[in-house]
Amino acid sequence: MKNSFFVGNVTISDSAIPLISTKTSFTDFMGAVMVRWGIRRDHYRVSPGLYAVGNPGPGSDVFVTANYKLSFDALRKNLTGVNGWILVLDTKGVNVWCAAGKGTFGTKELVNRIRLVSLDKIVNHKRLILPQLGATGVSAYKVKEETGFNVHYGPVRAADIKRFINSGYRADKEMRKVTFGFRDRIKLIPNDFMYGKYYLAGAMAFFFIISGMSGRGLSYKDFYGQGGPAILKILLAYFSGIILTPLLLPYIPGRRFSFKGFLTGFLVFLSLVLLKSAGNDYMEIVSWFFIITTVSSFMAMNWTGSSTYTSLSGVKKEMKVSIPLQIGFALIGVVIQVVGKFI
Amino acid sequence: MKDLVYLPDVVTLNLCQDTCNGCGMCIQVCPHEVFELSGKKAHIIRRDYCMECGACALNCPVQAVTVKSGVGCAAGIISGILNNSEPTCGCSDSKSTCC
Repeated sequence: MKNSFFVGNVTISDSAIPLISTKTSFTDFMGAVMVRWGIRRDHYRVSPGLYAVGNPGPGSDVFVTANYKLSFDALRKNLTGVNGWILVLDTKGVNVWCAAGKGTFGTKELVNRIRLVSLDKIVNHKRLILPQLGATGVSAYKVKEETGFNVHYGPVRAADIKRFINSGYRADKEMRKVTFGFRDRIKLIPNDFMYGKYYLAGAMAFFFIISGMSGRGLSYKDFYGQGGPAILKILLAYFSGIILTPLLLPYIPGRRFSFKGFLTGFLVFLSLVLLKSAGNDYMEIVSWFFIITTVSSFMAMNWTGSSTYTSLSGVKKEMKVSIPLQIGFALIGVVIQVVGKFI
Repeated sequence: MKDLVYLPDVVTLNLCQDTCNGCGMCIQVCPHEVFELSGKKAHIIRRDYCMECGACALNCPVQAVTVKSGVGCAAGIISGILNNSEPTCGCSDSKSTCC
């Protein structure tokens, strides 16, 4: 990755701190598009350490972020016109909230990084501004005990940083709240699509092979006639769980993701029935009901990890009921389909 | 838009009001407005909105808040079961840690 954001150096107490631009370029934009699709996502990093924006001095604010480049870019492009320092923690290329959950955006790394860059020699104050979501990994009072620096939790979104500064370092209710709007959900879809690609390929291969079976054994003609529609149905069921459910999330009845996914899967199945494309006979149609709703339900359930409001206890409770149901549905669907081919 | 809410009566969040010193840190770090400050004490007002991220407990200077925190992610729980470990969100784990 070419680091196009360096624009020079700032010298302060005998150290040269890299100065970075607050403008993001087309390369940054393309990089963002690529990681959303999961391409080189684990390598989209900046080096941990201290950076400068604008024309900072010893009294300037210190903003702390993760070394995932999307996080770094979100911060720097919202610091236009601000003179400040950016302290990048080593989160192994993971965003602030997820890294905080894993503990890599954490107290230990922050304390360590403050010492490594000798922050107390760069600035003459004890004020650190952290993204609020970093609080999942950072204990403010422990950082204070160990380094003397006061952690101020800023807004959830980097876009609110200037408002946060201008209101005297106070994050109001709106700045503190995580929302999960349509645009937020849409951005996550490509990555989830790529994340489940092996499940998808496996399921498509499985049903392609089944489609070629009949009382006459495996036949080229059956593969040709039935294989395509079978693969398409699996693909539609997958899209139902990973696109339709997230997009319509607030409008689908129920709270369990697996149930929401079941409903969207049922919608897809009904559409196929109406289009007279759900199968050649009753048994096949019934089998696709079970298979399509299960695939959609399973993928939607996996989407709990992308959502911003599900708890571990809740997901465990949901899975206790949903997983046995999904396994049962899948088995019933496959058995009906295979039996239907031989009678 | 109405706030999205997950399953009712399930989270492990607890607040000991006798210990609470009313500093308001839990209110500052909570992403879902679960707490409120009144009468110089924190109160849990939206329990079902809690996602067990653990920010409140970690930042409570007097340990008045407790929660069994973790990732609310089915894929993470499945991989935790398969690897016989705690649930982890593995979506962004890379094998190489070098830059």
